[in-house]
Amino acid sequence: MTAQRLSLAIAGSGGSGAITTGDVLLAAAGRQGFYGQLSRSVGPQIRGGESVAMLILSDYPSFYPTERFALLLALDWHGFERFLDELPLDAHSTVLSDPRTGSVPEAVLNTGATLIEAPLMDLAATITGGRSNMVGAGLIARQLGIDYDAVQQAVAQHLTAKGAKVVDAALQCLQTGWDALTPPKAPRLAHWQAERGIRWSITGNEACGLGALRAGVRFVAGYPITPASDLLEWLAAHLEGLGGTLIQAEDELAAINMTIGASFGGTPALTATSGPGLSLMVEGIGLAIASETPITLIDVTRGGPSTGIPTKSEQTDLNLALYGAHGDAPRLVLAPFDIQDAVFTTHWAVCLAEQLQSVAIVVSDQQLGQSKVVIDPVSAQTLPCTRRVAERCDPGAYQRYALTPDGVSPMSLPGTEGCMYTADGLEHDSSALPSSRAQDHAAQLKKRLLKLLRYDYGDAWSEIIGSGDLVLVTWGSCSAAVKEAAERLRQQGQATRYLGLRLLAPLRVEACRAAIGAAQRVLVIEQNAGAQAYHYLRGQGALPEFSESYARPGPSPIRAADLLAYLTQESSHDDQTQSKGV
Amino acid sequence: MMTKPRAKAYKSGIKPVWCPGCGHYGVLAAITKALAWLALPPQEVALLSGIGCSSRIPAYVNAYGFHGIHGRALPLATGLKAARPELTVLVAGGDGDGYSIGGNHFLHACRRNLDLTYIVMDNRVYGMTKGQASPTTRPDWPSKLTPHGTGINPFQPLAIALAAGAGFIARGYSGDPNQLAQLIVEGIGFPGFAFIEVLSPCRTFRPDQLQWKHQVHPQHEAPAEAAQEAALRLFADDGLTTGIIYRHPEGRHPPPAQAQSSLARIEAELQL
Repeated sequence: MTAQRLSLAIAGSGGSGAITTGDVLLAAAGRQGFYGQLSRSVGPQIRGGESVAMLILSDYPSFYPTERFALLLALDWHGFERFLDELPLDAHSTVLSDPRTGSVPEAVLNTGATLIEAPLMDLAATITGGRSNMVGAGLIARQLGIDYDAVQQAVAQHLTAKGAKVVDAALQCLQTGWDALTPPKAPRLAHWQAERGIRWSITGNEACGLGALRAGVRFVAGYPITPASDLLEWLAAHLEGLGGTLIQAEDELAAINMTIGASFGGTPALTATSGPGLSLMVEGIGLAIASETPITLIDVTRGGPSTGIPTKSEQTDLNLALYGAHGDAPRLVLAPFDIQDAVFTTHWAVCLAEQLQSVAIVVSDQQLGQSKVVIDPVSAQTLPCTRRVAERCDPGAYQRYALTPDGVSPMSLPGTEGCMYTADGLEHDSSALPSSRAQDHAAQLKKRLLKLLRYDYGDAWSEIIGSGDLVLVTWGSCSAAVKEAAERLRQQGQATRYLGLRLLAPLRVEACRAAIGAAQRVLVIEQNAGAQAYHYLRGQGALPEFSESYARPGPSPIRAADLLAYLTQESSHDDQTQSKGV
Repeated sequence: MMTKPRAKAYKSGIKPVWCPGCGHYGVLAAITKALAWLALPPQEVALLSGIGCSSRIPAYVNAYGFHGIHGRALPLATGLKAARPELTVLVAGGDGDGYSIGGNHFLHACRRNLDLTYIVMDNRVYGMTKGQASPTTRPDWPSKLTPHGTGINPFQPLAIALAAGAGFIARGYSGDPNQLAQLIVEGIGFPGFAFIEVLSPCRTFRPDQLQWKHQVHPQHEAPAEAAQEAALRLFADDGLTTGIIYRHPEGRHPPPAQAQSSLARIEAELQL
């Protein structure tokens, strides 16, 4: 049986409950044994703006960006034009809308989609406290073939905090919507193979948070910023119960320094932010690297530069993550491929920071961070995660920055008798005394670099699927689309290798070259205008000369079909979206 | 009974970078006297700083230290204290570090009221960068960078600390290390944010400050316990009164106790 998948969207103005409807349908499909993803796109308003819930339902957990929506439910058409680019519809799509909310926009009519009108508001009005989004949920559930019981349970669970009256009204609306529709002959999900079991419902930001907690992070400081705030909020809700602390800092400068201070005390510590905050944290990154104080930083990237596009996604902070700091400041940079992988990648990042006494930056993004998936539980990995500490010292003999074969020197923690030292962002000698001598500078620079280079990262540096003359290289949230493109190419008879990079710094240059092997064509795919990863990989010597770049800015996702179109066209060099020499 | 340790036991033996006659030597003496008076085990003490002449002090004290970045000593200390509340955490720095580049952190550290002792060595000049005006410099003091003076009203550290919520506010003078040591002892004992402003002359760039020894005078009243009274004192003050100006009678409310959880419970919450 081939894999099954369909995409649908629910649009509506602020307060219409589009996102709630998406949430409920995702949970219901999950209860029925399927997988799914809910992404949201919102207008610029703080509250009350229009929004779209974009759902992928599938019988296998892969959530590459949708190329065609099978179904659109418009609770109303307010501000819909804002989302047109994000919601590809065609003649095979079905559009459900309520005639009382206005006529179907021209652009939607032009797609040739089948239109179904449903009196959602009138039906909701027959129920005290009734709302049309729940009528819509019933309608869609029946149209798709989602179990009625599963939707009922999902509604009750989602709304339980709002009280019994709200739940009752919602359930009546659900029933009304369900009954209102003439059941379609072939509800799609009815033919899918469902496998009921324990499922997690988790966002990418929560997945990063969970990975951090599993790795032992017990101190977090952060400053509110879209789209990282909900990661900090999730940690705030869960850290204290584990004996940890979260501080809302006065700014990002404070947040990263608080994180460094806590880690100096021996507590694994983390901060999370987005582009503008990462810019402010750059001096702190340098301090943590120079003083060899381990910290982990999660960047939930949004469109940039400057304030950019706060609510939407772009892989545009890679350069800042790789290079941000004055001086030679080597660090660890990692990127999760998807939400499930965000648990492992963050866990690994914290463990690497702790073991290597350096800075680990996890580059996530808005799409990955704020989407919610229903997936199988992500089991915990056992990773080496211990910081090397000095347990006792001969009086006056402790060398905090001793030159050791692997570059990592035992770090003493406050409270340890006889091992006192002063950590410093000033260049220092091995005993931590400030030094401007050339030989101390050279030795300490080398130490801080070599400890990263000499570590055995094993196989986790990348994810490799398939083999062939064509190699598609990518990182971060583009991975799902690239994996899908590689799969389609293989089905078309084109031997293709997918190479996803989880560990971006230090780059495993030799391993990267080996993974590319004797490929005839290499394409580096990423969602930013400047081809940041492409130029980085080229600069590091990880790519053959003839490698090409497919780099396109956000916020529209790079879709598998875009890549196939690019790869199959005769001449790829005229296309405006590609850049080789930016 | 154990004999009290000597102040010398809290000196690291590293020779300071300061100029001969710098006021900061007196502050170093006062900190080590205070630690000796309290007989704190050196490994239970951490002294954190930013950047500037005075911020070099952690290396000179026999304790854990962190010489961080310019203006960020208070956040560094906030993280350490939150993670390791049993440690005695001191923060030190200068007027440029604390009131200019670190001004925002100063306000919020006062508000947050963690149990830190913050010692600012105020000489009203940037010494390390060779003599520019700081936030506490009077507006008509000329420097190479501001040849006509800054024309800006000086920052009022104590009044600002009071308005921002600091529970303990004192002023000392580096030329009287015994009195300053007592202020530091009281500050460490205060269960909340203790701010100690120290008049610490820069004889290289502000030789006029050598007159401070004839001008400083102790406060005769007991510390104010009401913010209103402290405010009146501060606004009537000539800026050269030493002693504890304000001490909130309660200090800091302890944080509420938290329910225990576990990773297994958190993961169970993720289940559909």
